[in-house]
Amino acid sequence: MPQYPNRQFLDFEQPIKTLYEEREKLKQSAEKSKIDLTDGINKIEEAIIGQRRDITEHLTPWQRVQLSRHPDRPYTLKYISKIFTNFVELYGDRNVKDDKAMVGGFAQLDGETIMVIGQQKGINTKTRQLRNFGMANPEGYRKALRLMRLAEKFNKPVITFVDTPGAYPGLEAEERGQGEAIARNIYEMIRLKVPIIIVIIGEGASGGAFGIGVGDKTLMMENTWYTVISPESCSSILWRTWEKKEIAAEQLRLTATDMKGFGLVDEIVPEPLGGAHWDYDEAAEKLKVSIKNALAEIKIAEPNKRVSNRIEKYGNMGFWDEIVEEEVENIQ
Amino acid sequence: MRKEREEDVEINLTGEETPSSSNDVKPKWYKRIRKGITTSTADKKETPEGLWSKCPECNYISTTTELREGLYVCPKCNYHHRIGSEEYFDIIFDDKEYEVLFDNIKSKDFLNFTDLKNYQKRLDDIHAKTDLKDSMRVGVGKAKGEGLVVACMDFEFIGGSLGSVMGEKFSRAVDYCIAHKLPFIVISKSGGARMMESAFSLMQLAKTSGKLSQLSDAQLPYISILTDPTFGGISASFGMLGDLNIAEPGALIGFAGPRVIKETIKRDLPEGFQRSEFLLDHGFLDFIIDRKNMKEKLAQLVMLFRS
Ligand SMILES: [Zn+2]
Repeated sequence: MPQYPNRQFLDFEQPIKTLYEEREKLKQSAEKSKIDLTDGINKIEEAIIGQRRDITEHLTPWQRVQLSRHPDRPYTLKYISKIFTNFVELYGDRNVKDDKAMVGGFAQLDGETIMVIGQQKGINTKTRQLRNFGMANPEGYRKALRLMRLAEKFNKPVITFVDTPGAYPGLEAEERGQGEAIARNIYEMIRLKVPIIIVIIGEGASGGAFGIGVGDKTLMMENTWYTVISPESCSSILWRTWEKKEIAAEQLRLTATDMKGFGLVDEIVPEPLGGAHWDYDEAAEKLKVSIKNALAEIKIAEPNKRVSNRIEKYGNMGFWDEIVEEEVENIQ
Repeated sequence: MRKEREEDVEINLTGEETPSSSNDVKPKWYKRIRKGITTSTADKKETPEGLWSKCPECNYISTTTELREGLYVCPKCNYHHRIGSEEYFDIIFDDKEYEVLFDNIKSKDFLNFTDLKNYQKRLDDIHAKTDLKDSMRVGVGKAKGEGLVVACMDFEFIGGSLGSVMGEKFSRAVDYCIAHKLPFIVISKSGGARMMESAFSLMQLAKTSGKLSQLSDAQLPYISILTDPTFGGISASFGMLGDLNIAEPGALIGFAGPRVIKETIKRDLPEGFQRSEFLLDHGFLDFIIDRKNMKEKLAQLVMLFRS
């Protein structure tokens, strides 16, 4: 992960930035004066951990949204490189082109071949543009579907990493059927015979996320969000201003805790203190444990049973009232 | 040449009266009449004459009777006015006879969601105003003797938005089709997912797809009819998943709304963008159907699937 001074800090991470700067000064003067300042440096290290703990304990929903978009946060290819071995990236939808916002390929999870797929964001100005900020076009969803069918043919489980601010709202995307591409994926993922695990590693924005988001188990990392619209867009539509994003984030109940509470995701994956960007190895190690447990659980079922369980699981999602009307009773 | 009407499709999802809801051809008296109706045809004859509507495309002024007799299509420019489930059921089902299914399911504010208004209050207000319980109604009946189940959206209920109730009615309609071996027709008219139900509304995309999968296994046809407008979560799920996808002429259909696309690409959108004819050209529709031919065509298709 980026080291100081390349580390980036969110507004509520500023106290840590101050501690970083103090530590740096101390290190430099220790070097210059050849005096042992280890004690002082250790104290600052402890204070940094204290701050990370403090942040974790008091996060608002909006701050979780901010963490999910942290510029230093690990993205799909980072997790793939740390969790899997023998990754062979596969490109293209065999139709229009290769969408760089969606990556995928075969890899091994402790010796077992898996199809891994996910949205990919860039890590600097150039790669952010190349990756289109993690916003896939229809080709990205069709590439993902091609890879899922390949996995099904060779009976390999599918693991998807969801991290997108949304499907790309562009002119060509509409011409080539963005809606149809996402719809097709949702439909095919419901029917896919092999195990599917979904991991929300960052932003889980609406249809763009759901286009690779239907499976047997959905894991949600601690500092991510997942719902039908971004808090900013929700604010602009329902409150008619961009200023209510914090309130929208609260009202939408988009955190991992909320989503687990509603039964819409299956597990919360813990992150390092203060967020995944503090320690990529620790974040990946924790995620690997959750993925392995989930996979072991869903592999037991027969393929057809797994599909019917999936249909039943999503079929149970929703809330409504049933009115018993007098007329209805009279007829019966 | 027809002028392009600018429309912000997302704004309908607020559930408030918006400039575009004035496209809705039904005047206020209509709702009051509907509350009391048992056999809809008798009362509709008593529709006050002399009321008129202006066509948003060509400004042609039709009387209400003229519009209704023309199935709410502008006699001058063929603009298809926005109509609701009641009108579509009357158009499609023989002798306007049909049974409404699953009408006892009602939305509720499970999340206690409050934007400028509380969601429950919004639901109650819209119910009081429109007598609708949610944004989809399901009817079963016959068209030219062919049995079919039609699920139709009502745009005036929070922009026809997809929430838990639509998902559940859709699911039960599919179960009904499978139990009675009937084809399934869905008429979409929606701004997208219902934000006040947050992630629950998103999950309806998978819920409805799961049911379509079962309908498919039962080898029963599913025909998706897209009308003006159809966006977001509908086009990203069952709207685009028909064995046949068909649309009314000139309907605005897409994933992202035109306003969002314009803001993203920072240039004007080409004329006809996201209209039915555009989708047909790009290969996403089987054909476009005028409202006046809809019933005959549906009956013909059902016959072709069956025989
Ligand atoms: Zn006209």
